[in-house]
Amino acid sequence: MLVNRKLILAHFWFAFAVFGVALTLGAWQMFIRSPIGTWLSNPELYYRSLTAHGTVMGYVFPTLVAMGFGYAISESALEQRLVGVRWAWAGFWLIVAGSIMAVIPIALGRASVLYTFYPPLIGNVFYYLGVVLVVVGSWIWVALMSINLRVWRKAHPGAPVPLAMFANVAGSYLWAWTAVGAALELLLQIIPVAAGLKNTIDAGLARIFFSWTLHAIVYFWLMPTYIAYYTIVPRAIGGRVYSDSMARISFILFLVVAMPIGMHHTFADPQVGAGFKFIHSAFTALVALPTLLTVFTICASVEIAARLRGGRGLFGWVRALPWDNPMMLALAFSFVMLGFGGAGGLINMSYQLDASIHNTQWITGHFHLIFGGAIVIMYFAIAYDLWPHLTGRELIDIRLIRTQLWLWFVGMVVTTFPWHWVGILGMPRRMAYFDFGDPAIAPQALSVTLSAIGGFILLTSGILFLVILARGMRAPQTEAGPYRFSLAVHQPVTVPVALNTHALWVALMIALTITNYGYPILNLALSEGTSVPAVYVGAQ
Amino acid sequence: MSVEQSHASAEVAARVERRWTIVAVIIIVMMALLAAFAGIHRATMPQPRVETIDPSRIHLSGEFVESNLGSVLEANGTVTVRAIGQQYSFTPACIVVPADTPITLRATSADVVHGILIQGTNVNTMLVPGYVSEQLMRFTKTGDYLMPCQEFCSFGHEGMWGKVKVIDKADFASRAKGGGRLSCVGQ
Repeated sequence: MLVNRKLILAHFWFAFAVFGVALTLGAWQMFIRSPIGTWLSNPELYYRSLTAHGTVMGYVFPTLVAMGFGYAISESALEQRLVGVRWAWAGFWLIVAGSIMAVIPIALGRASVLYTFYPPLIGNVFYYLGVVLVVVGSWIWVALMSINLRVWRKAHPGAPVPLAMFANVAGSYLWAWTAVGAALELLLQIIPVAAGLKNTIDAGLARIFFSWTLHAIVYFWLMPTYIAYYTIVPRAIGGRVYSDSMARISFILFLVVAMPIGMHHTFADPQVGAGFKFIHSAFTALVALPTLLTVFTICASVEIAARLRGGRGLFGWVRALPWDNPMMLALAFSFVMLGFGGAGGLINMSYQLDASIHNTQWITGHFHLIFGGAIVIMYFAIAYDLWPHLTGRELIDIRLIRTQLWLWFVGMVVTTFPWHWVGILGMPRRMAYFDFGDPAIAPQALSVTLSAIGGFILLTSGILFLVILARGMRAPQTEAGPYRFSLAVHQPVTVPVALNTHALWVALMIALTITNYGYPILNLALSEGTSVPAVYVGAQ
Repeated sequence: MSVEQSHASAEVAARVERRWTIVAVIIIVMMALLAAFAGIHRATMPQPRVETIDPSRIHLSGEFVESNLGSVLEANGTVTVRAIGQQYSFTPACIVVPADTPITLRATSADVVHGILIQGTNVNTMLVPGYVSEQLMRFTKTGDYLMPCQEFCSFGHEGMWGKVKVIDKADFASRAKGGGRLSCVGQ
């Protein structure tokens, strides 16, 4: 039961439009820093472009996809009209306004601080205010998801919350708490300086606040993807979810352990001692658990589909899978990229291994494989799956969809694998250009060129994606029927309270964050003389 | 499917799941133990102490005044290197150190966040203004290494490349005889 289709479509269209722009910027960046595009070596333009790319891809695009998908889940899984539609529109327009407000100073070159901010570098105040508006808009969504679930619970006392909604609300709580770190950094530290009320800032403390957001935000981006793994893929390929409770446990684990691990981003920083870094490293290892559980459950769910289609043998069933089904293709590509990206992540989480690749192109390769690869390809799949239900029109270009997914997969591999390689060689990230004439750097030219080619493959795929969706808006009308989610092999009749509610896990998430962050933050906040003069971007 | 069959298949599912969970947990515990072992046994852990410093005064007094930057041979035979990063260069721009010698790198930033990365080694640390970074290092091979700034520090970031020159231990000792601070200058 999808009633507020316009609301959901607005979120998706705005998300994919800004995605298209940011993708174009990304391809351009790779081109001009490669040996084939040295004709334009203007670092200033490069860092403007990089700030816009990161801000859109990090904050605006995934947040809007999670929100649009969240509203769709709320209506169709709970079979209940969305409560608070006006508020939902208000949240959407706040994000639109915030995005525009942030992009103008970026385009003018007054906010080239990248999406990670880097105080004491300080950009134009409207850039940060724009980001704050985006976050505030998304918090309205968090509240609405919680309220809608509450309304449903009242009408269905004790009934198991549909898995999709359970996961969706877990994702929204994760985001609400994760965003607090960057919000504290922006509101307490950066904005007063950017507005000219103060002229010093504690850069070390700011980096710790940001690390609070920086890792768990990835799990927020991941949530729609995981929800699609569990609740869309098995249905779309004719299978069943292997285990409903395992799915719930995975989402709960993400909620609890994704949060207190961000300090592994500051392994090489001088403002935190070794002890807390080790604790965060151990917790980062722990967050591999829900992903390992998911890989198992989804492979088992897919196997069920294959066996129902007549697949036999220990591995023979793989051939019986519906490989021409775009959802199957997207899942397989997503899993391959998640595998490589996850293995890279396990290397990053260990202090000892991280030292050789910290802040090199390896890191860029790693998170593009996870976010741009494993996550975004499932955003495509979600859009393809939802589109007929949102537009009342069938997507007929199945072959084109397959081509688009293939291009994305190949493009992502061609882009990120060479990055991993040059990262091991020690190539630093966030460079506007390289002096390929230097004999020590010249051998990396080939890898950088390959990445740039990968960037254009990705751009082609992205354009194709937008074309497919746009054509879908004009296809002949059909009745897509109600939007449904996958059923489990053993559909739950009753679910233990712990697996049906979030309160306990939210409390645990907050408690773990406080134990893992409380002392370092207090220690830094109370230490004297660590504030340093701000350096204003674009000031003469 | 009859009720008994359904019950039996649920048990199979639970058993398989349990096994998989155990395997996953073992993998994770092993990783944490490996990190702990490498940290304790090989002493590759982040710097334990947090040291603060006022970046607006480092050129006036204290450890990071210009005449104290570069490499110095300590009485116990180890070498200490002091360096600062600022938009958009390192001082000294070229660091000279001996091979096969324990070296302590002490560095800080004079303005924004920078990073020191010595290519082809595991030397990799952040320079955050207001704090002193300390890293232990040891080179086994002589030669020249590139040392780019690995953290975005505004528009000139891509031009911020230092160098490390690792020379023979005896050479270094003879150059250090007169005391003072060494850098590549004059080589």
